[in-house]
Amino acid sequence: MSSLLRRNRFLIPRRIVQVSLLVVFVGANLSGWKVLQGNYSAAHVFESFYLADPYAVLQMLVAGFILNIDVIVGAVIILLIYGLLLGRGFCSWVCPMNIVSDLAHYVRRKTQMNRLDEKMPIKRDTRYWILVLSLVVSVFSGVAAFEFVSPVSMLHRGIVFGFGFGLAAVFMVFLFDVFVVRNGWCGYICPLGAFYSFIGKFSFIKVNHAKEDCTMCGNCFAVCPERQVLSIIDKQSGSIPNSECTNCGRCVEVCDDDALHFGKYTKLK
Amino acid sequence: MSENQNTTRRDALRKMIRSTGLFALGGLGWGAYVDKAKASELVLRPPGALAEQDFLNSCIKCGICVESCPYDTLIVAKPESHVPIGTPHFKPRAVPCYMCPDIPCAPPCPSGALDIDKLKKDGDETGDKLDINKSQMGLAVVDHESCIAFWGIQCDSCYRACPLMDEAISLKYERNERTGKHAFLKPVVNSKACTGCGLCEHACITEKAAIRILPRDLAMGKVGDHYIKGWDEEDEQRLQNIKDVKYQSTDEVPAEDYLNNWEDLIDE
Ligand code: SF4
Ligand code: SF4
Ligand code: SF4
Ligand code: SF4
Repeated sequence: MSSLLRRNRFLIPRRIVQVSLLVVFVGANLSGWKVLQGNYSAAHVFESFYLADPYAVLQMLVAGFILNIDVIVGAVIILLIYGLLLGRGFCSWVCPMNIVSDLAHYVRRKTQMNRLDEKMPIKRDTRYWILVLSLVVSVFSGVAAFEFVSPVSMLHRGIVFGFGFGLAAVFMVFLFDVFVVRNGWCGYICPLGAFYSFIGKFSFIKVNHAKEDCTMCGNCFAVCPERQVLSIIDKQSGSIPNSECTNCGRCVEVCDDDALHFGKYTKLK
Repeated sequence: MSENQNTTRRDALRKMIRSTGLFALGGLGWGAYVDKAKASELVLRPPGALAEQDFLNSCIKCGICVESCPYDTLIVAKPESHVPIGTPHFKPRAVPCYMCPDIPCAPPCPSGALDIDKLKKDGDETGDKLDINKSQMGLAVVDHESCIAFWGIQCDSCYRACPLMDEAISLKYERNERTGKHAFLKPVVNSKACTGCGLCEHACITEKAAIRILPRDLAMGKVGDHYIKGWDEEDEQRLQNIKDVKYQSTDEVPAEDYLNNWEDLIDE
């Protein structure tokens, strides 16, 4: 039992954080709680200040609108939290889509869909192109382009305000992850994840690897949603340099040889 | 350079061209979709909302306004609503805006999509008093065919429901020639005062409301600056707007002012 807890010592708090944020947002709509009103695009905190999605704000700015200072400050706060401290932690600790994609991953493992893996139809850097494209389309259309199609927003908005057909978009992500590409949405397409990867390059908290302790058992590769970031395993010690790492801590949990830890940013040796 | 190197280099070039092509394909498709999805003429926005295109750009789709409305008037657009996704709007036949004097919905908007400057009370120097009656969410339009007051049957539901009774909706008395002894009491909307709250549409007793709120842009015409009410001093101000007036060259034959100088026109 204690080993089960130990093996999920980050997964459990992650689920608690993800779910309680949703509960607080839903409570704001249904029961008028004043903790976090709104959704993950922008939120009013204790009716005193705002937080905002910096990627959405960026799209709106390039689309040519001078936004209120409230929402800009809110976006800068989030930008600093992830950029300086948590890296791409948004994806594994906050984003509700993570629950969907982890579920899809689970189904995929149980049904051994991986055995069918043929040639990858898509590349990891596709998301960065989509990120650039979203800004280009925002410039030309004069509105925040990704916000019109984002399944991530449809998911959190759906949970707080009611789904409608938004559920279909979320289900598409699920099906894509199960049947097309392992971790397909978050690992290849989502420009919001790409945005956080981009800004989290030099964040303080990173997963660190100690090469001398690694026995190359491969446990971390089996659980990591962004396997390419583990290319340093058994080769170099220090922080995982690729900021596509979501700081989920799955690899840390499953490493039986103490070769992976959360720690502060250190250069590779 | 060997044959082999040559083909790999060409393949690299092909890949680059393909990526560019796919990028363009994605951009055009995405752009076309967004352009269609943001076309929303028939939607009513919360009090203080900016003009539709600015509103669409600035609303971050947080729903804070929706949560702040105590009457659940405002709703968040779902994909199937045919309103730009995630944006707040309302359907007055279902739930109108009840014109809260303290306006809970607009001030918390973080993005500026709901602009409280548009709701500032007239003649208040401090500038922090708001007046819900300044909101312009839409304009009530009466369908003369289905409004029973235009048939000569007495109704006045909309008139009585209007929070700006006698300002935004008034009743116009007219003799009913058909019976010869009754009066029509026809509801007439004043577009200067109507806020578009939709309390009238909500109250209308016909099967489908005979008085309905339309977005102001859709419901109203525009005269332009070449017709001015010369008898109205305020309207005369609009003369200032006229910039590039083209005066007729005096070389041409002047227009004949025969109405005033008709004597000249008479042959001796
Ligand atoms: S990649 Fe996108 S959908 Fe996935 S967890 Fe990150 S932000 Fe959410
Ligand atoms: S490297 Fe570890 S913390 Fe980073 S995404 Fe992979 S499993 Fe998660
Ligand atoms: S004025 Fe009141 S009823 Fe009208 S939309 Fe705002 S909060 Fe709702
Ligand atoms: S509060 Fe403002 S930004 Fe948020 S949904 Fe309402 S109008 Fe849009």
